[in-house]
Amino acid sequence: MAVFDALLELADDHLILGHRLSEWCGHAPMLEEDLAMPNMGLDLIGTARTLYDHAGKLEGKGRSEDDLAYLRGEREYRNCLLVERPNEDFAHTMLRQFYFAAFMRPYWLAALNSTDEVVRGVAGKAEKEMAYHIRHAGEWVIRLGDGTEESAARIRDAVEALHIYVDELFDSSDAAQEAEAAGLLPVRADLRATWDRTVAEVFAEALLEQPTAAYAQRGGRQGIHNETLGHLLAEMQVVHRAHPGARW
Amino acid sequence: MYSQGLIGADNRTEETPEFLARFQKRIDAEEKIEPKDEMPEGYRRTLVRQIGQHAHSEIVGMLPEGNWITRAPSLRRKAALLAKVQDEGGHGLYLYSAAETLGVSREEMTEELLSGKAKYSSIFNYPTLSWADMGTIGWLVDGAAIMNQIPLCRCSFGPYARAMIRVCKEESFHQRQGYEIVMTLAQGTPEQKVMAQDSLNRWWWPSLMMFGPHDADSQHSDQSMAWKIKRFTNDELRQKFIDATVPQAEYLGLTIPDPDLTWNEEKGGYDHGPIDWDEFWRVVKGHGPMAKDRIKARKKAWDDGAWVREAALAHAEKRRARKIAAE
Repeated sequence: MAVFDALLELADDHLILGHRLSEWCGHAPMLEEDLAMPNMGLDLIGTARTLYDHAGKLEGKGRSEDDLAYLRGEREYRNCLLVERPNEDFAHTMLRQFYFAAFMRPYWLAALNSTDEVVRGVAGKAEKEMAYHIRHAGEWVIRLGDGTEESAARIRDAVEALHIYVDELFDSSDAAQEAEAAGLLPVRADLRATWDRTVAEVFAEALLEQPTAAYAQRGGRQGIHNETLGHLLAEMQVVHRAHPGARW
Repeated sequence: MYSQGLIGADNRTEETPEFLARFQKRIDAEEKIEPKDEMPEGYRRTLVRQIGQHAHSEIVGMLPEGNWITRAPSLRRKAALLAKVQDEGGHGLYLYSAAETLGVSREEMTEELLSGKAKYSSIFNYPTLSWADMGTIGWLVDGAAIMNQIPLCRCSFGPYARAMIRVCKEESFHQRQGYEIVMTLAQGTPEQKVMAQDSLNRWWWPSLMMFGPHDADSQHSDQSMAWKIKRFTNDELRQKFIDATVPQAEYLGLTIPDPDLTWNEEKGGYDHGPIDWDEFWRVVKGHGPMAKDRIKARKKAWDDGAWVREAALAHAEKRRARKIAAE
């Protein structure tokens, strides 16, 4: 079912990135970031929950948000590779957040015209959140790029490491293409120019250059992930799976 | 989330009797003392220490619960736990700010925490070993913290009292949320019930210890009471906590792990068995099961984050210089 699959891709992106941010909680470089990162994580997990719930209802097999989040393995997860990349350091984490938000903001703005009421509702809330994530993560990209020698080297490393995962954001799977054709979801490829502009503006201030990828790493939408996702899911799902059918 | 009587406070002060009498008169009139008001050095030092310990407890307290965010068994619980731990960080932030009004910086306080000089509530030196601990900590540990903190909303030092009002509202939400987690487990599968009981068994006594030593063994209560930093004694608060909590456990069908616990009709409260004070002092002195790991985790976050903080300062400085150059 195309719409179900397309919503799942979107929900998985949000849950996995939210989970990654939550891994920082209590370990951030400063107290303000111990508050900011969980905050952004909560935005993403909140969006994921609404999307899973909606997808489950459209599927009509009685699967709840938790069934979808906790009872699928890594080959069934459909998130893009960018969001599952490990936190590494604060530079990687903020750049990953900035790249994702720079994509999702125009995505949700376009989704305000979706033919689906729930998607429109999510979009109305999420576009504001993504504007904030762009601002927060973008300011950090600038501070790190134009900060000390060490921070500049670290953010350059992050750009080097993450840019190969950018193109996948703009790919639409077969399911997504169907949902796009039906006017339910925005056409991903159309958002490239906006993303490029957002990144170029921040990178100019951060004294960073956007490298051209020699190749783009893809596979998440087909369930071909990096090895890290399996570990993330093992941790996330362990309690839920150890008690089949229990209520929490 | 914090409680525990202040550990090792030094109430000594060297002002003239006239000055101290004038100050005491304001306290007795229930006036709030504000940061720029004159105050005895001992009062200032006691508050810096108490608010600092409280702030550190919030920050270290993020670790035991943070331990379960990535494993929360439902998305609803995951979001609620993440928000809760974030609240604790927020409490730390208000409290550091309140302490800063007394002339000590957050950096100094953080360094004291990391060097082991400053204390934090020893309850966080116990490990969180199951999902049920997320419920029990909310129910008992935040519950105990509320008992201590409600009177602190009337503390004589204005910034601390005001910070406590918001903190207490959030803690009371955490307490109800924790109780609801335990209730769900207690009404769940046999394995979930076992998990809930095991968790209560492990957290009950450390929670009672959060109120600090018995009044007879508490060195600094008297002066803190006179200055209205503290309003009830350790034993009074512990009693209130036990009396409130026992019926809650009964309602859940869980057993408080104290065979000596009995209702005392005459005093209108419960009598409880002996508290293991050797364990209390061992944990306070840094030999709790997780003590070294907690400080190690905080130190790692601080050290690993140093380059980020340096970059932020360097960037702010560059901006300032560019702005001046442009004017």
